[in-house]
Amino acid sequence: MWIEWNIAVKFLREGRSQTALILVGIAVGVSVIVFITALITGLQANIIERTLGTQAHIKIQSPDELNRIVPAAIGTAQLILEDKRAQRLRSINNWQQVITILDALSEVVAVSPVVSGPAFARRGESLESVALVGIDAPRYQKIIPISEDMVAGQFRVGAGNAVIGQLLADNLGLRVGDKLRLDAGFDGFSVVNIAGIFELGVRELDSRYVYLDLKQAQSLLNLPGGVTVIDVTVQDIFTADVAAARIGRLTGLKSESWMETNTQLMNALTSQSLSTSMISVFVALSVAFGIASVLSVSVVQRTREIGILRAMGTTQQQMLLVFLIQGALYGLAGSLVGGMAGYALVWTFNTLGPGLFYIPVANTLVPIAMTIATLTGVLAAAVPARRAARLDPVVAIRYV
Amino acid sequence: MSEDNQEVLRLENIKKSYNIGQATETEVLHGIDMRVAKSDFTALIGPSGSGKSTLLNLIGLLDSPTSGELFLLGKPTREMDDATRTALRGNSIGFVFQFHHLIQAFTAMENVLMPLMLAHGKPNKESLDRGKELLTEVGLEKFIDKKPNELSGGQQQRVAIARALITRPALLLADEPTGNLDTKTAADVFALFRRFNEKFGCAFLLVTHDPRLSDSCDQTLTLVDGMLVKQ
Repeated sequence: MWIEWNIAVKFLREGRSQTALILVGIAVGVSVIVFITALITGLQANIIERTLGTQAHIKIQSPDELNRIVPAAIGTAQLILEDKRAQRLRSINNWQQVITILDALSEVVAVSPVVSGPAFARRGESLESVALVGIDAPRYQKIIPISEDMVAGQFRVGAGNAVIGQLLADNLGLRVGDKLRLDAGFDGFSVVNIAGIFELGVRELDSRYVYLDLKQAQSLLNLPGGVTVIDVTVQDIFTADVAAARIGRLTGLKSESWMETNTQLMNALTSQSLSTSMISVFVALSVAFGIASVLSVSVVQRTREIGILRAMGTTQQQMLLVFLIQGALYGLAGSLVGGMAGYALVWTFNTLGPGLFYIPVANTLVPIAMTIATLTGVLAAAVPARRAARLDPVVAIRYV
Repeated sequence: MSEDNQEVLRLENIKKSYNIGQATETEVLHGIDMRVAKSDFTALIGPSGSGKSTLLNLIGLLDSPTSGELFLLGKPTREMDDATRTALRGNSIGFVFQFHHLIQAFTAMENVLMPLMLAHGKPNKESLDRGKELLTEVGLEKFIDKKPNELSGGQQQRVAIARALITRPALLLADEPTGNLDTKTAADVFALFRRFNEKFGCAFLLVTHDPRLSDSCDQTLTLVDGMLVKQ
């Protein structure tokens, strides 16, 4: 390997301008791939964080209630006029056992039982429709870390405390420590103490959510001991649909992933990823063709030298290796420069760009790009290298 | 069999055709028998088109005969695979071409060591010493680290000779080694050949047009229309 490496390096150094040109070409290609990958990854991470920061990856609910239709007796015709059933607020059966099952699943990170339903919030003369969300605070925090988004007070539920959104607080003129009357339409109402006000940046949540502890929400919604939804987060958000399907089969409950509830977003993310891959593949392809053509020219230019080397005892395999190494070196060196240029582009974007979001560069991105570029170089060199190896030394030596 | 009579090369009824199976099929060599022994100093002459270069390529294992057998150091070579053939060529044959044919990217020393490096990788001290000794023998001890394009034509040819001898080959093939050099330099190169022939006992086979060169050799083989004519 030593001599093949040496010959390859000397050949590259001798063809300096050729080497420099193709290196610039590879570097530009790799920097585009690095930058665009980082940009799209950053953009997607940003969108996902904004969307999934305020919702669970998977929501588990009781299956819808359906009318049961008595089958017609054999030989008789049946006319059906079906009145669809209203979906009342119901508890998930045996939700404690369901949670035990979910906790044991390897792909599941957090599980939180929630009881939620509609209610009116009243303060003085003003009335707002709100969503009561009864939670087990420590479990719920693992899904949506609300305490990070508090603008006033503390995230504290239980013992008659409630946490509400900023917009609701504005509409009702509430501050921390004020009282709020909640009425869910069943017998009785509760007066809760505002312990904290949050702002998640999502209008729907900030204007409607009222967080209570499980017990209080259960009694307000007339579901003693029950929960209506189980929120779940999983390790890999992009396999949430698979996990949701598995949970559905395991529990027999209605299990919906964020992908189903946000189809449009999912479509957008998928097409973004697809177009990124397309761009990367085509740029990589043109880089590969660049390397292949430069090496092909080099084989022609060095025909006589290849012939002499063969006459002096270079085997076909050694000759092959000399050109494969050149391809690998092109890929490696070009991608090193390109990787740094890509980093520089990302840095420029982060420091001088519009500042809409921050692009993080994964530590693995540049090494992966370099590995792929090096392998691409080797692959691209395969054809010219084979030609070099198969050159007939007799013809090659006479070549002028 | 005396030591001087050891066989290096034997050709038995070697034929070579080009464009086999096509309308333009031509037989260039029509059954060559020849033998080269250790320390022989032979000239191969003949008009252009007589098949000299073809014969030299066959002897140098750069090409295979259409029929017949070529023995190098007693080994039949026709059926050898590329790796074995290349190894045998690298170890036993040295080449000197008309146009020195050095690798431009390497220094004089690296060019000389190339056959060893190709076979064994990084040169050890012994190889380096041998390279230096050979470059000194050809009078280039001061040009060890020069690149070929920094040397004159004669100097380049001398580097090529040193390179051909670095593996202590049993046979040295030279194709018009002085064809590109002026008379004085050509005489120097020939003198070098003679000295190495005596010193290392390496057999020399020179293809040449130059009658002064062939006259100075121990024996001359003449190739006419693909047949050997002994003189």
